[in-house]
Amino acid sequence: MDTLLTESVVASLTPAPAPHPWRGFKAGVWQAEVNVRDFLQNTLTPYHGDGAFLAGATGRTRALWDTVTALLRQERAATGGVLDADTETFSSIVSHPPGHIDRDLELIVGLQTDKPLKRAIMPTGGWRMVKTGLEAYGFTPSPKLEDTFPRLRKTHNDGVFDVYTDEMLRCRKSGVITGLPDSYGRGRIIGDYRRLALYGAEFLIADKKAQLRSLELDCLDEETLRLREEISEQIRALGELVAMARSYGFDVTRPAATAREAVQWTYLAYLAAVKEANGAAMSLGRVSSFLDAYIERDLREGRLCEVEAQALIDQFVIKLRLVRFLRTPEYDALFSGDPTWVTECIGGMALDGRTLVTRTSFRMLHTLSTLGPAPEPNLTVLWSERLPEGFKRFCAETSIRTCSVQYENDDLMRPYWGDDYGIACCVSAMRIGKQMQFFGARANLAKTLLYAINGGRDEVSGEQVGPAFAPLTGEVLGYDAVMARFEPMMEWLARVYMNTLNAIHCLHDKYMYERLEMALHDRDVLRTMACGIAGLSVVADSLSAIRHASVRVVRDERGLATDFVIEGEYPAYGNNDARVDGIAVWLVERFMAALRRQKTYRNAVPTQSVLTITSNVVYGKKTGATPDGRKAGEPFAPGANPMHGRDRKGAVASMASVAKLPYAHAQDGISYTFTIVPAGLGPTEGERVANLAGLLDGYFAQGGHHINVNVFDRETLLHAMDHPELYPQLTIRVSGYAVNFIKLTREQQLDVVNRTFHAMH
Amino acid sequence: MSTHDHPRPPRTDGWVHSVETGGTADGPGIRYVLFLAGCPLRCQYCHNPDTRHMHDGTRTAAADILGELAGYAAFLTRARGGLTISGGEPLVQPEFCAALFRGAKELGLHTALDTSGFLGGHADEHLLADVDLVLLDVKAFKEATHRTLTGVPLRPTLEFAERLSLMRKPVWLRYVLVPGLTDDLGEIEGLAAFAAGLEVVERVDVLPFHTLGEYKWRELGLPYRLADTEPPSAELVGRVRDRFRAHGLNAV
Repeated sequence: MDTLLTESVVASLTPAPAPHPWRGFKAGVWQAEVNVRDFLQNTLTPYHGDGAFLAGATGRTRALWDTVTALLRQERAATGGVLDADTETFSSIVSHPPGHIDRDLELIVGLQTDKPLKRAIMPTGGWRMVKTGLEAYGFTPSPKLEDTFPRLRKTHNDGVFDVYTDEMLRCRKSGVITGLPDSYGRGRIIGDYRRLALYGAEFLIADKKAQLRSLELDCLDEETLRLREEISEQIRALGELVAMARSYGFDVTRPAATAREAVQWTYLAYLAAVKEANGAAMSLGRVSSFLDAYIERDLREGRLCEVEAQALIDQFVIKLRLVRFLRTPEYDALFSGDPTWVTECIGGMALDGRTLVTRTSFRMLHTLSTLGPAPEPNLTVLWSERLPEGFKRFCAETSIRTCSVQYENDDLMRPYWGDDYGIACCVSAMRIGKQMQFFGARANLAKTLLYAINGGRDEVSGEQVGPAFAPLTGEVLGYDAVMARFEPMMEWLARVYMNTLNAIHCLHDKYMYERLEMALHDRDVLRTMACGIAGLSVVADSLSAIRHASVRVVRDERGLATDFVIEGEYPAYGNNDARVDGIAVWLVERFMAALRRQKTYRNAVPTQSVLTITSNVVYGKKTGATPDGRKAGEPFAPGANPMHGRDRKGAVASMASVAKLPYAHAQDGISYTFTIVPAGLGPTEGERVANLAGLLDGYFAQGGHHINVNVFDRETLLHAMDHPELYPQLTIRVSGYAVNFIKLTREQQLDVVNRTFHAMH
Repeated sequence: MSTHDHPRPPRTDGWVHSVETGGTADGPGIRYVLFLAGCPLRCQYCHNPDTRHMHDGTRTAAADILGELAGYAAFLTRARGGLTISGGEPLVQPEFCAALFRGAKELGLHTALDTSGFLGGHADEHLLADVDLVLLDVKAFKEATHRTLTGVPLRPTLEFAERLSLMRKPVWLRYVLVPGLTDDLGEIEGLAAFAAGLEVVERVDVLPFHTLGEYKWRELGLPYRLADTEPPSAELVGRVRDRFRAHGLNAV
C-alpha cells in the first residue's frame, strides 16, 4: 500500500477546476434525457477476472476506521446503544451545519447531523415517538417539540390514528397485523442517487420543471393536482440538496467530473434522503457498477490508481455504516440490531447477455475485508448462473469468511424488473427511479388460522377480533371443516389489512412526503402495495398435521382452543414432500388472490412478501399454540424457512421446498435463511467455496428467490451471547438482512442458535 | 467372497437408514447421500452404530429413491455433485446398489460408492461399471490392528483395492486417525506406499476421530470403548497427511 501516493493526490477537499464531466463516455440517449440505464449500457466495463487486482486499505482509511470503531464501541456502551441525539433541531436536508469525523482523514464527507452517530429527530412521522425515543435513551426533548407538534404541524402518526377504524385498532392490538409503519417512516423508496452524479442538480431541476409544465392540462383533477404539488416539493428538495452540498464545499449543480466526485455526489444525494426521512429501509440501490464507469475513466486517465479507487469505496462505505435513526424501544424489539437496510445490489446480468459485474463489484465486497464484516451496507449479490466464475468464487469466499452477504436470483427477477432494478430492504425488487413500494409489514397467517378455529376470537385475549364464524367444536380437527372457515377468514384479513395500509399510505403521503427521494424518480412511478405474510411454515405444517395425522383440540375455560395434541406423523414443510409443500404454495397463491381483490390507495398494484426479519420472534410471542405442535409464544420460523428442526433431509431438500413458492404471487420477495457450519460445506477451503457456489447455483436453478448465508459454528454463537464484547463485528444474516449478533435481544439470539444447522455427520 | 453360481431375479428394493440431500463430505460437489442399513464390521469408533442391522432400516423400493433423485438431478448437476451410496456397508446389498447406480447413470448423475471394501467381492463388473468413484475406507494397514478395530480381516479390502487399480477406477482413500489405535506411523507409511502403488488414488482424506456419534452408542445400550480417547492434535493430523504427501498423494 502506497499511502504516500494517496496522501499527496487527495490532499484537499476543494477539487481543482473540473474537466468536462462526460468526456470519454460513449454518447447515447442518456445525454438528452434522464436515463441512467442507457448510460450504464453504453459505458459498462464487464469484468470476468478474479479478485487478485484488489488493494488493501490505505493507512488513512485504517486510521479513520479505527476512530469510527472507537466511537462504535462507545455507542454500544451507551444507554440503548444511542451515543447522542439532537434534542433541539428538527431534521431536514439543511437543518444542520456540516459535520466531520476527522477532516484530515476523510475522503468522502457528510454526516446526518453535526457529529458522527448523533441521531436526528424527525417528528413529522410521529412526535410522540420522538419523545418516547429520546426519553428512553436518556435525552430530554426540547420544549419546541410539543409547541410545534401537533398544534402547528400535524404528523403522520396523528393522521393515521384519526382515520383508523375500531376493527383496525383491534387487529393491531391482537397482533394479527403488526409492524405497521404508522409511527415510523415507511421507507421502501430508493431514490436514484446516481442521477445527481451523472447529471448534476441543474439538469435534474430543469427536468422536473419540464415535468411540471407537462402537467398544465385542460382538466386538473385531484390526481394531477397532487402530482403537481409533489413535483414542486421535489424541486424544492433538490434546491436544498444543492445548499447542503455547498455547505460542505461542493457545487453539485454540475455533474461529477471525477471518480471522487461521483462517489461524493452519489453519497450526498443519499445523505439528503436520510436527513429528510427515517424510513425503516433506506436502501441505496445499485451504485457499484455505475461508479465503476468513473473509476475506470480515472484509471485510464492516470488520475487514480487501484489503492486510491479502493480508498474511495472504503470511505463511502464507512459513511454508509454510520447512518442512524432514533427509534423507540418497541421498534427495536421488532427490528432488532439498529438496521437501516442500506441495501446495495452488486452484479447481475444485462438484458443483452453481458454481465454487469465490474471491478467495483469486487471493490464493494472487498470492504468486508478492508474494514471488516458489518451488516450495513446490506450487500446483496444478484446471482445468475452465467455470472463470471471468478466473481462467483469471490462471493463464496467472502460469504464463508464474513457472513455478511445475501444472494438473490437475478435470472428469476430479470423478466419481471429488467436489468436496472434495486432491492429495497431485504428482498423487494423495483426498477430504480421508476417504482416505489408502499411498505405493508406483514399479516400473521398463523393467528388467522387460530381465528378460524376459534370463531374469530383471539386465543390470547379472548376478544372478538375476527368475524364471529361458528367456532369448531369437535375434539379432532377435520381438514374440510377447518378450510371452510380458514378461507373466509383469510378474505376478511386481506380486506382489513389492505384498508389499514391504504390508511397508512394516504396519510404518509400527506404528512411525511419523501421529497428528495421522489425527486430522484421519473414523473410517473409504479406503486406497489407491499403486503407480507408471517408464519407460512407454521400454517403449512398445521394443515398438513390436520390432514395426515390426528390433531386433538385442548380448550381452556373460555372455550378457546389453546393447545393441540398430535397423534401420528405428518409430512413437514422443508423435506421436499409434495403433500405439504403443495399446501405452502397454495397458501401463497390463495392469500395473494385475496389481496388482489381489494381496492388499493392510489391504485397501487398489490404484491406480497414472505419475510419476517427478526419479527418472527415477536409474532410468535403474540400467537398461541398452533396445530403443528408449536407451543404458545414460541417463535415462528423466519420468512419462508421451514420450522426449526423440522427439515430432516438436509439442505437441498430444505431448499427444494422453499424454491417451490411461486415468485409470481410473492413479487415483494421470498426470504430464506440458510445456516451451516464451515465443515458442513466441505473438508477444505477450496471445496467449501466451490460447494457454496454450487449450492447457490442449484437453489436458484430450482427457482429459489433469495438466500441469506450464515457460515459459522454454533459454539461461536453461544460464545458471542455470553461474551458480546469479543464479537463486535460478528455479523449474521437474519431473514432478509445482516445484523450485529450482539445487538440482538437475548430472545432473538436464542432463536438464531436454535435454528436449523446443517452440520454433517 | 464367492460370486453367485446361478442367476437370481434382480431385487430392486433394500433397507435404508436415512438420506442426506446436501452432503459435502462424501465425494465431489453437493451430493445426495443414501445411507444403507446393515454392516458386517464393528468398528470401535463407528459414528453410525444404528446402521449395524439391516432390518433396522426402512424397506424401500429403488424406484422410489430414483424418483426422488430425479427431482434433485438438475440441482446436483449444477452443483457438480451426484449420488453417493454409503451406510452401514452398501455392499451388504449389492443388487440394490446396482439398481440405484444404474438409475442414477440414466439420470446423467455422477456416482460414488462409499465402502470399507471388506465385501468387495460382492461388487461385480455390472455394479462397478456404473460407479464413477470409490470412496475406500481403509481402517488400518496391519491385520492385527484391523481385527482389533473392526472385528474383520483386512485382506479383502486390499484385494478390492488392487482390483480397482487394475480397472483404473478412481479411488479416494479415507483413513480415520484415532490416537492410540490407528496413529502408528509405521503402519501409515505402509498404507501410503500401498496407495501410491495403486496409481488410482486421486485423494486421501485423513479424518480426525470425533465423538459426535457417542450418544448413539449410549442410546443403543452398546459399550463405547473410546470414551477416553481425545481427537488427534492438529499437529498429528498434519504429520499423517505429510506421510501420504511424501508418496506423491494428494492428502487433505
